[in-house]
Amino acid sequence: MNAARRFAPRVALLLVAIVAILLPVLEPNPASINVAVFTMMYVGLASAWNIMGGYTGYISLGHAGFFGLGAYTLGLGVAHLGIGPGYGPFALVPLAGLLTGLFALPIGWIALRTRAATFVIVTIAVMFMLQLAAMNLIGLTGGTGGLSLPVPRWSGDFYNTPFYYAMLILASLTIAVSWWIRRSKFGLGLLAIRDDEDKAMAVGVPTRQFKLAAFVISAALVGMIGGVYAYYVTYVYPEFVIDPLTGISMVLMAFLGGLGTLTGPVLGALLVEPAQLSLAYNFGASRLYLVFYSGVFLVVILLLPRGIVPSVRDLTIGWWTRGGPGRAAGPSPGPSTPAPGNVVAP
Amino acid sequence: MGAMLELEGVTAGYGGGDILRGLDLTVEEGAVTCIVGPNGAGKSTILRVISGLLRPRLGSVRLRGASIAGLSPRTILGRGVVQVPQERSLFPTMTVWENVRMGAYTVRDRRLVERRMEAVCQTFPLVAERRHERAASLSGGQQKIIEFARALMLDPALVILDEPSMGLDPKTRATVFDTIRAMNQAGRTVLLVEQNARSGLRLATHGVVLESGRVRLEGTGTAVLNNPEIGRLYLGATA
Repeated sequence: MNAARRFAPRVALLLVAIVAILLPVLEPNPASINVAVFTMMYVGLASAWNIMGGYTGYISLGHAGFFGLGAYTLGLGVAHLGIGPGYGPFALVPLAGLLTGLFALPIGWIALRTRAATFVIVTIAVMFMLQLAAMNLIGLTGGTGGLSLPVPRWSGDFYNTPFYYAMLILASLTIAVSWWIRRSKFGLGLLAIRDDEDKAMAVGVPTRQFKLAAFVISAALVGMIGGVYAYYVTYVYPEFVIDPLTGISMVLMAFLGGLGTLTGPVLGALLVEPAQLSLAYNFGASRLYLVFYSGVFLVVILLLPRGIVPSVRDLTIGWWTRGGPGRAAGPSPGPSTPAPGNVVAP
Repeated sequence: MGAMLELEGVTAGYGGGDILRGLDLTVEEGAVTCIVGPNGAGKSTILRVISGLLRPRLGSVRLRGASIAGLSPRTILGRGVVQVPQERSLFPTMTVWENVRMGAYTVRDRRLVERRMEAVCQTFPLVAERRHERAASLSGGQQKIIEFARALMLDPALVILDEPSMGLDPKTRATVFDTIRAMNQAGRTVLLVEQNARSGLRLATHGVVLESGRVRLEGTGTAVLNNPEIGRLYLGATA
């Protein structure tokens, strides 16, 4: 039974990976691939946001600003370097992440001097400042007229596929980074900050440096995804790429799936984004999906305040602890009697 | 066994007033020393002075002969003095295992941390039993035991326990005291401040009665417990 418990997640992960890689073959319909592109985009965005918001507890509602920074970096890079349509613009994606990360460094250095609600407000303010800057730096960004990117000359059936794989790679990279952080001493420090920053400092966690590192990593990953998005839609308008709803969507998905967990944001994105796109396709530009977002938020707050993954995990652990197969059901054991004389060796 | 900790002529307090007035106290290596006394006698102030949270105005504080008076709390922690505070100090959403691991956060040697985790699991089976559960899901007594386990992750020379039985029911309190006894048998020197004087002195090898910032009486835990005057004044009428 233990072996089954150990290998089941690995087998499930392998199956998900196979399906994700073969998706354009299994379901070649361009409309379906389009949904998959945006779903993968949000898997990456929610997971990247979770590195900051979920692991440290510092809720940023301004990550859409970093999404926009990545989009502008790629757009400007393509324009200034004279890169033509095709696979060339994808080479600028790491640069989009790097520059976004560098930009996030001073922002984080200042914003992370605040905590709780003040931090949330500072991140929102930074996002709107970036949007205003994009609108007004006309010589650089094109202002409200935006930037145009070259349109790839791929066939209609194939057009979405490279973007799907680009988003899949970035989502996988983000999940891998998130997994590494969660298992590392750095991640343990971030979780301690989330629970109680002063206590974390007391046990030796360098809280200021760790928070800043998480902020920059999270922003850089979001910036890379923003870069691919810009190339996919082939234009960069300030209102579209620095959209508060993009920032709120990542937060909602992470909350729904489970804040601070590895799989929670992935699950949240897989549930919310296809549903949101379905509403948008069926009800046009009615913005009915905003009502849907509100409804999801209410359900999460009322029924699953900790999100799906932590709630299910707690239920499962409780079941294994108290009444799992081969064990007698009963109340939770009390404090164990210590073993006298055991030496805690150095 | 020599002296682990020595306080000589310590005067300390807050603002303009002195709480400790020329206090002399010795904690022997390998002993369980229990400080009892009425409210305001200076019990918590002693712990603050030892852990570096309060600088003494006068006097000396020596750990294994080396002065630690005026050093930062972090430096004193590094010298092996670990304090388990009165209030709950676990990280509530982190698992039991992660909480215990946090005790050795400053230790860089991963293998050393693993060895200590194994040893702590042997001393405190609860750590292994509930390793995947969130700390907040444990009872008050269980949380206190996990706090003890976390304190041992730094392999401390001296473990200071501030009111470890505070807010616990009698059965859980007994388990917590058993755990303190086990820690001591495992070679730890323990200094505890305990409001529940009878239980604390029964457990202690050395008892100290504090009054108005000075030591009023000290001796073996049993001797202090059986002292008729102390019994009448501080432990309730029937000693």
